[in-house]
Amino acid sequence: MTSIAPTSVSLNNARPTKPRNMGQIIRWLILFFGGIAMIMPIVYMISTSLKWPHEVYNVNLMPDDPTLENYTYVLEDGRFYIWFMNSAIIATLTTISNLLFDSLVGYTLCKFKFPGRTLVFIAILSTLMIPTEMLVIPWYLMSQNFGWLDSYWGIMFPGLMTGFGTFLMKQFFESVPDDFLEAARIDGLNELQIWWTVAMPLVKPALAALAIFVFLGNWTAFLWPLIVTNSPELYTIPVGLSGFGDEADVAWELIMTGAAISTIPTLIVFLIFQRFIIRGVVMAGLKG
Amino acid sequence: MTLYRNLTIRQKQIVWAWAFLTLPVIFYGVIRFYPTGSAVLISFQDWNLLGERTWIGADNYIQLWNDPVFWKVFKNTFVYLLLGTPVSLVLSFTIAYHLDKLRFLHSFVRMLYFLPFMTSAVAMAWVWRWFYQGVPIGLFNNILAKFGIAQIEFLNSTSYALPAVLAPAVWAGLGFQVIIFMAGIRSIPTSYYEAARIDGVGWWTVLTQITLPLLRPTIVFIVVFSSIGFLRIFDHVFNMTTNNPGGPLNATKPLVLMIYDTAFNSFNMGYATAQTVVLFTILLIVSLIQLRLLRSA
Repeated sequence: MTSIAPTSVSLNNARPTKPRNMGQIIRWLILFFGGIAMIMPIVYMISTSLKWPHEVYNVNLMPDDPTLENYTYVLEDGRFYIWFMNSAIIATLTTISNLLFDSLVGYTLCKFKFPGRTLVFIAILSTLMIPTEMLVIPWYLMSQNFGWLDSYWGIMFPGLMTGFGTFLMKQFFESVPDDFLEAARIDGLNELQIWWTVAMPLVKPALAALAIFVFLGNWTAFLWPLIVTNSPELYTIPVGLSGFGDEADVAWELIMTGAAISTIPTLIVFLIFQRFIIRGVVMAGLKG
Repeated sequence: MTLYRNLTIRQKQIVWAWAFLTLPVIFYGVIRFYPTGSAVLISFQDWNLLGERTWIGADNYIQLWNDPVFWKVFKNTFVYLLLGTPVSLVLSFTIAYHLDKLRFLHSFVRMLYFLPFMTSAVAMAWVWRWFYQGVPIGLFNNILAKFGIAQIEFLNSTSYALPAVLAPAVWAGLGFQVIIFMAGIRSIPTSYYEAARIDGVGWWTVLTQITLPLLRPTIVFIVVFSSIGFLRIFDHVFNMTTNNPGGPLNATKPLVLMIYDTAFNSFNMGYATAQTVVLFTILLIVSLIQLRLLRSA
């Protein structure tokens, strides 16, 4: 009797749960293989960059005899190194500028009462409505007049401050209690010190999210760098890659190597800060 | 300095605020507002960058109205929008809805979907362009050949080229939308679902009567965000058709590529800025529709 009972019980239990478990497993499998399909272009890009020329047009995912030959070739050519450094410098400087100015402006609009506040806020907010594409022609003419074409400054100047970042930071400064600032004021700190030493440390997560967005945006920016640069020494990595791919007789494995060089750094950053970046996307998406 | 000391606390605040804002206000004035106004003015001029600027009234707009290429481009731009937005909306919601219920390796699977968002459009345009080549080069056609299916001239066909260019754009944006949808789904109070379970309501009713209506702000945000993205599509098209930008036969040319061509290949600045004003107007209308929809929600 006791030997039969568990079987019958487990059978009875299995019936309602079985289809549900099966459903869960199927759901998991579909989502998992869908996810694998999503990363296939990235995987193929990397795997092709590790293949010898004779193997490139095989559909096989794993190279038979992986090689770093393509990377050596592309880096010895020297251009990708320059473009990579250009992008890194420009994206870093632009990020620093945005962190300082967007947070300063956001803080001022949030915590100060002064005539013209609403006007400045609405003006900055309204710049979100103006598409970059409308501004590139006047920016180009401006750069031509001031001799900014073909320079780091020329590539960077349009993005040094953004309405998006300002608005995001203003939202986050709302959560900083005024009492903290008042206490610092009584301690004799001036307003610049209060912003930098009291308020800024309290919004570090928002600053980090902003830094990631600005950096990624500038790392991948294409239209304006394409317009403002003429000489290959000043290309950013997307502009350089675009021209490189367009050259006659460039082998696909070399283009894939260039594409991988431009993509791998952001992927590594993502894999390290995954949780954090996803939270940042949600914060910016919902608040920004 | 004594002057500053004699100010009241409130007056000091005003001084500080404007000290902080001086540089940014100049920046926004010179780098955002002045160029906006300047773009509108140039759109009423005839100017080829080297010669004289002459006022020609609305001639650029009239030329645009009569330009068959513009209407082709206008149509393409809206095809990108009308194909891309619903496809990515349905896909991202479906993925987010099911991903939300996933326990095992949840964050790993989520990462797989999000990863393409971190890539550069230019790099991925070249990867997809390679996929689309004919045999023996392209991956897709190699796979088709393995199954004995006829080749598809993805990027050289006037009917397949546009969806082929759109696919990587949808692919890259999907992860972002999935994350936003999942946050939206998570923010729905569980008490609604518990009440539905007690009432014995089926999953379809729960989805259509609880989940979707409560996700309305999220849906509006995603629709507008992705619509604006598709209306401004450029990087993918430019890089996948460099041998014949916007081709074949303008089949993939979006408005931004036409603007780029007119301004920086033909140096017809007046005509190009008129096109940017049209783009601005379209984007403004989309944003205003969003505000209206959000307010009524």
